Amino acid sequence: MSGLRVIVGCKRVIDYAVKIRVKPDKTGVITDGVKHSMNPFDEIAVEEAVRMKEKKLASEVIAVSCGPIQCQETLRTAMAMGADKSIHVEVDAATYENLQPLHVAKILSKVAQEEKADIVFTGKQAIDDDCNQTGQMVAALLDWPQATFASKIEKANGELTVTREIDGGLETIKVQVPAVLTADLRLNEPRYATLPNIMKAKKKPMAKKKPADYGVDVGPRQSILKVEDPPVRQAGSKLDSVETLVTKLRDAGLVPS
Amino acid sequence: MALNGLLNLLNVYKHRLHFQSQIALRKSYFSSCETIGSCRHGHSVTRGQGGFNNKLIPFQFHPRLGWPVLSTIRASSTVALTSSRLSSLNRGPFSVVSDQDIQYFNKVLQGRVITDRDELETHNTDWLKTVRGNSQVLLRPKTTEEVSAIVKYCYDRHLAVTPQGGNTGLVGGSVPVFDEVIISTQLMNNIISLDPVSGALVCQAGCVLETLDNHVQDHGLTMPLDLGAKGSCHIGGNVATNAGGIRLLRYGSLHGSVLGLEAVLPDGEIMDCLTPLRKDNTGYDLKQLFIGSEGTLGIITKVSILCPQKPRAVCVALLGCENFQKVLDIFVSCKSFLGEIMSAFEFMDSQAMELVKENLSLISPLEKYPFYVLVECSGSDGNHDEEKLTRMLQAVMDSGAALDGTVATDSTKIYNIWSLRESCASALLKDGYNYKYDVSLPLDHFYTLAEEMRERVKNHAIRTVAYGHVGDGNLHLNFTTAKYCPATMALIEPFIYDWVARHRGSVSAEHGLGLKKRQFIYHSKTPSAVALMATIKKAVDPRGIMNPYKVLPENIKTENDSSLDDREKM
Repeated sequence: MSGLRVIVGCKRVIDYAVKIRVKPDKTGVITDGVKHSMNPFDEIAVEEAVRMKEKKLASEVIAVSCGPIQCQETLRTAMAMGADKSIHVEVDAATYENLQPLHVAKILSKVAQEEKADIVFTGKQAIDDDCNQTGQMVAALLDWPQATFASKIEKANGELTVTREIDGGLETIKVQVPAVLTADLRLNEPRYATLPNIMKAKKKPMAKKKPADYGVDVGPRQSILKVEDPPVRQAGSKLDSVETLVTKLRDAGLVPS
Repeated sequence: MALNGLLNLLNVYKHRLHFQSQIALRKSYFSSCETIGSCRHGHSVTRGQGGFNNKLIPFQFHPRLGWPVLSTIRASSTVALTSSRLSSLNRGPFSVVSDQDIQYFNKVLQGRVITDRDELETHNTDWLKTVRGNSQVLLRPKTTEEVSAIVKYCYDRHLAVTPQGGNTGLVGGSVPVFDEVIISTQLMNNIISLDPVSGALVCQAGCVLETLDNHVQDHGLTMPLDLGAKGSCHIGGNVATNAGGIRLLRYGSLHGSVLGLEAVLPDGEIMDCLTPLRKDNTGYDLKQLFIGSEGTLGIITKVSILCPQKPRAVCVALLGCENFQKVLDIFVSCKSFLGEIMSAFEFMDSQAMELVKENLSLISPLEKYPFYVLVECSGSDGNHDEEKLTRMLQAVMDSGAALDGTVATDSTKIYNIWSLRESCASALLKDGYNYKYDVSLPLDHFYTLAEEMRERVKNHAIRTVAYGHVGDGNLHLNFTTAKYCPATMALIEPFIYDWVARHRGSVSAEHGLGLKKRQFIYHSKTPSAVALMATIKKAVDPRGIMNPYKVLPENIKTENDSSLDDREKM
C-alpha cells in the first residue's frame, strides 16, 4: 500500500474575495485583469496529498491543471506546497470558456493512466461553476471507486477508510485503491508555502502538454446563451396586521381569494 | 446600581489620594481603568469589516473565523469621569448649557439633538475606555450651514464644543473632558463627487473611511490611507488627526494627499478651501494648519482628497528573522529590489506574535522567530511584481537576513497574514489594561527602547509588545496588566518619553496629543514652536471654545521660562 502515486487536479479560478462582474455583452464574466488563485478545495486536495506523502502513504504527488498559460502559476503554487512535479495541459483562452467537467475528466483519466496513478484527487467542486462533477466523472471513465466530500482519509489494511460529509452527517466508507477522492472543506488547513520550498519549486519539472496529446477533443459541447446578474433584491416591507398581510398576498395572486 | 455607584466613588477617592501622592513623581495624567471586577473588552479589528465598535453588543466577530465570539465588554459607565480623576485640571471660563440653548439647537437642527444620558454614554467615552466626559448634549448637523449656525451660537454664548467623528481616537482627543457640547459628524455622510480621471474625491467629513474606499474601488481607485479603524472612523477625523496607517509608506501622509477642505471656524465663519485641484499656490496653504490640528482650530466639514489607482496585483510576504538589524537589512533590500511597488513594511516582535496566537487563537504560518517582517507589494502587473519579489526573497534568503518566510497571492492568505499584524491592538485589550505608546524613532535606536522598557517593567506587566510601521520609523510599544496599576505606570512614564526625547524622536508619531499627551509636547517641540502654536490658536479661537484642554499644554512656556528643568532643555 505504500508508495501510492497521486494525481491532484488544480483549477485556476477567480479569487473568491473578488467581486464578480458580468461582461457588458452578457456572454460571461470579466476575467481580464481580475485576480485568480487556486480553487480552495483543490488546495485542500494538494495539502492532503502532500500530507499522505509525509506519512509515507504516497510516493509521488503530481499536480495537473488544464487551461491557459496562467495555470502555470497555480501549478507552481502546488509544487511549492510539496507536489513533486506538474503537468500543464494547455487550452487556449477561447476554448477554455467552454471547457466542461467532462472534458477535464477525460484528460485527467488519460493522465492517470499514463502516469500509472493510484489516486486521482480533486476538490469537491470549483468555486466558479460549482459543478461538483469532475471527480465523479473520472471515476466512471476509469471504472474506479470514488470517495467524494472527504473530510478524513485514513489507511486501513491496504484500503482507504474515508469519512464523507453528507447531508445527514458523516458517512464512513472503505475504498480499494486505485480510487478517486474529492476534498471537502474540513479535510485539512492548507499550509503556507515557505520560502525554501518556493525556491525549490522553481526547479521542479513542469511538463507542457495539449489535450490532443491525450486524444481528447475539447470542442464545445454547450454554448452559453446568456450570463446575467441576479435580480436586485427588492426591499421588504413591514406590515402592521395579519389582515394587511392577507390582502397583500391576495393582491399578489399568491393566495386564492 | 447604587452599590456600583458607591464602589465607583470609593475607587475614585482611593485613586485620587494615591494620585496626589504620585503627582510629585510623575506629571502624567493617565487613563485609569476603574473597572469593577475584571472586565475584559473583547474587540475585533478586521480589515474592511466593522472596525471599531463603541456599541455595547455582547459579541464581536473573530478576526480570522468571521464567526461571532462571546465577549464581555467593559461598560462605558464604569470608566471614571476625567474631571474627577484630573482634579488639578480646571474647567475653563465657559458657560453651562441651558434649556434655551437646547431649544435653539432643536430649532436649527430640527430635532437632531441628543440629551438622553444613556445615549450620550458612548459619545462621552473614548474607544480605549480610559477617559470619560460629562457632556449633556450631542448635536448632529447635516450640512455645513447647520454647523456654522451652531458654532456661531456657541461662540456667542461662550459654550465649549468638542467635534467628534467616529470616536476611534487613542489619545482622548475626541471626547469631552467636562460638559463641552459634542458636535458629531455622523449625519454628514454625503459623497459629493468623484472625478475618475483625476482621482479627486470630494465628500462630507462624516463619511466612514471604509464606505469611501468601497465607493472609489468601483472606479478602480483606492483611498490613500488604510488603518484598523476603517469601518468606523470618519474622514474628517482622519484629516483632523493626520492619520497615518499602513499605507503611508506608499501614498504619503494626508498633508500630501488632501487637496482641499472646508471648515467652520470657532466664530462660526465658514472657511472654504475646498478644491479638487492638484496644484494651487495662491497664498498660505491654510488646509495644512487644519490637518493634524485635532479639532482645536475648527470643525472640518468637507474634504477633497486624491485617490490613487487601485493596484491590480497585491502580494504579501511574511519573513522571520533573527534580530532587529536583519529587519533593517531586509528593509534596505526591499527598497532596492521592490522600490516603487512596495506598499507596506511592518514588523512584529516575537512577543507580538505570541500575543495574537494566545489571545485570538490566530495561526502563524512560520515557526517561532525573534522578529517578523510583513512586506506588501502592489502594482499594475502581477508578473512583473512577482519577479521583483522573487529576486528580493532570493537575496534576503542568501544573505541570511531572512531565516524563513512565506508569500501569499490569494486573498484569503493575504488577509490571514495581515490579520496577524492588524489584530495586535485588539489582542492587547484582552489582557485587561493596555498602556499604549506610539513613538517615532531613528531606526538605529528603534528596538533598543523596547528592550530597555521590557527589562524595566519586567515584574510589573503581563507583557511588553512591540510592532509597527518600521518603514516609517514608527514604533507601537505596548504594555499590559490585568488591571490599571499605578506602580507599572510610574515605571513607564515619564521614563519612556524622556528616552524618546533624548534620542530626538517624537512622543506621538501618528496618534496625536489629544488630552493624554498634551503635556509631553515639549519632549518633541521647542518652547518657541509651541508658543507660536499658541499664538495661532489664540488668533483663530480667541475664546478657546474649540475642543479645549487638548493638544496644547495648559501652561505655555516662554523662551525665558526659568522653570524648565534639565530634562526638558533638549
